[in-house]
Amino acid sequence: MRRHDWLPLALIAVLALAAFAFVPSTPTWLTLTIAGLAMGMMIFMMASGLTLVFGLMDVMNFAHGAFISVGAYAAASVLIQLKGGMQAPSLAENLMAMAPALAAAVAVAGLLGWIFERVVIRPVYGDHLKQILVTMGGLIVVEQLIHVVWGPDMIPLPRPATITGSVLIGDAAIERYRMLAVLVGLAVFAAMWLVLNRTRLGLLIRAGVENTEMVESLGYRVRRLFVGVFVAGSALAGLGGVMWAMYQESVTAGMGMQMMVVIFIVIIIGGMGSVGGCFVGALLVGLMANYIGYLAPKLALGSNILLMVLILLWRPRGLYPASKA
Amino acid sequence: MLDLKSVNTHIGQYHILQGVTFEAKPSQLTMLLGRNGAGKTTCLRTIMGLWRASAGTIRYDGREIQKLETPDIARLDIAYVPENMGIFAGLTVRENLLLAARSGPPDEKRLERIFTLFPAMKKFLDGAAGNLSGGQKQMLAISRAIVEPRKLLLVDEPTKGLAPAIIAAMIEAFRELKRETTLLVVEQNFQFARSLGDAVAVMDSGRIVHTGAMRDLAADEVLQQRLLGLSLEAHQ
Repeated sequence: MRRHDWLPLALIAVLALAAFAFVPSTPTWLTLTIAGLAMGMMIFMMASGLTLVFGLMDVMNFAHGAFISVGAYAAASVLIQLKGGMQAPSLAENLMAMAPALAAAVAVAGLLGWIFERVVIRPVYGDHLKQILVTMGGLIVVEQLIHVVWGPDMIPLPRPATITGSVLIGDAAIERYRMLAVLVGLAVFAAMWLVLNRTRLGLLIRAGVENTEMVESLGYRVRRLFVGVFVAGSALAGLGGVMWAMYQESVTAGMGMQMMVVIFIVIIIGGMGSVGGCFVGALLVGLMANYIGYLAPKLALGSNILLMVLILLWRPRGLYPASKA
Repeated sequence: MLDLKSVNTHIGQYHILQGVTFEAKPSQLTMLLGRNGAGKTTCLRTIMGLWRASAGTIRYDGREIQKLETPDIARLDIAYVPENMGIFAGLTVRENLLLAARSGPPDEKRLERIFTLFPAMKKFLDGAAGNLSGGQKQMLAISRAIVEPRKLLLVDEPTKGLAPAIIAAMIEAFRELKRETTLLVVEQNFQFARSLGDAVAVMDSGRIVHTGAMRDLAADEVLQQRLLGLSLEAHQ
């Protein structure tokens, strides 16, 4: 993130305040704002790995959506087995059921990422056209494999009993699950920030995003670092996938592919390779989608594209472009 | 120390190094001179494994290194300062130095020595490296290369684009560095080369066309004119 550059962060406040002027009531505005933040956090979880993969190794991975879907399906498989825990009226029991499901999502998506990097990505380093073709193909193959393993039908994924429904803040009804999504998203962002800014591994990743060749010249194997980042990014996509699936209360094989458009908008807005930019971009997209979805529903997707165009006119390399050698 | 024999390098369809043979002896500063496009940068990059030698051998401390990966070559205690300096602009000066210290936090005495050589590094230690001036960036690039003891330093055009006052400081710094390590320096500034070099290798069109003592080349203007031609005059 560019140091002391608060303007993109201020954009979030500007967008929220602008919406306040158009949304007719304060409770509705508050509900939409929390919903937008929750959506943004979930998009951030899904997109943050992809932006690092692009920044570090210049790889355009269109198959990132596969990790989202597979993570959600892996979690759904676990949750079906732990249905009792999910439906129990106790938060502790709900969390006991969710924890292994989230762990399964992270583990399976991470494992798939590791296999994917070795089999699909490694042969096409340095060739963007081939990367686009093989990763698009990979996404389609994984989607079909999901049909083979889990069947073609949508799997309902109810939320945990104690996290369904809303709480009233004043006159505003705020969904509990959205508050949970905000908390999980903030925790993921804080963990990523700490790793990137307070550890040697993070230092290497940030340096690698800027100048891979120089990091290798200093004696570090960037390829290994990349595999680690790819696996971690895939695992995060899996986590984002299960959070998103619970938000939608269903899992479909195509959910990853559907999310890819929004994810690419977010990482382009944020500046490719920038985790901080991805975070701000995701929140802007989440808020925009909710405000416009309420005020002018037919313009919802177009509004995010318009947001991307406006931001690129202002900052052509995104909000927080990663320095590139 | 470093011995290149008949090294060839192809970049795409271009045959850049065409049988380069020369030696950098231990505890000496060897200058690699030549006109623009002679292949000097390619030579350093080939030694570092950033471009692969298509033929020939590169021996370092008696070991062939031309097939090693770049990180493995660096871990033989070879430091490389590229022509563009390779500074991580988004990191602070301190982070740049930390990254180069592979075996843990940099030794305090060594840091103090670096700060004595380049006081600006201490002043801007927690500032973004991208905000440094061109000369300060070059100082950081060299500081990073020596933050831990290295046996061999490969430096590509350390004076490129620098003001005369900075070049003078750089000469002093290189004099200090000569006491502790072996250096192979690509340079176009003949004054800089003459004041520091022990040995010299001159390249032209991907080949070594002259090797010998720097003082001999410095004393022979006809030879300088023949080997380095207009580029020498332009940089004097």
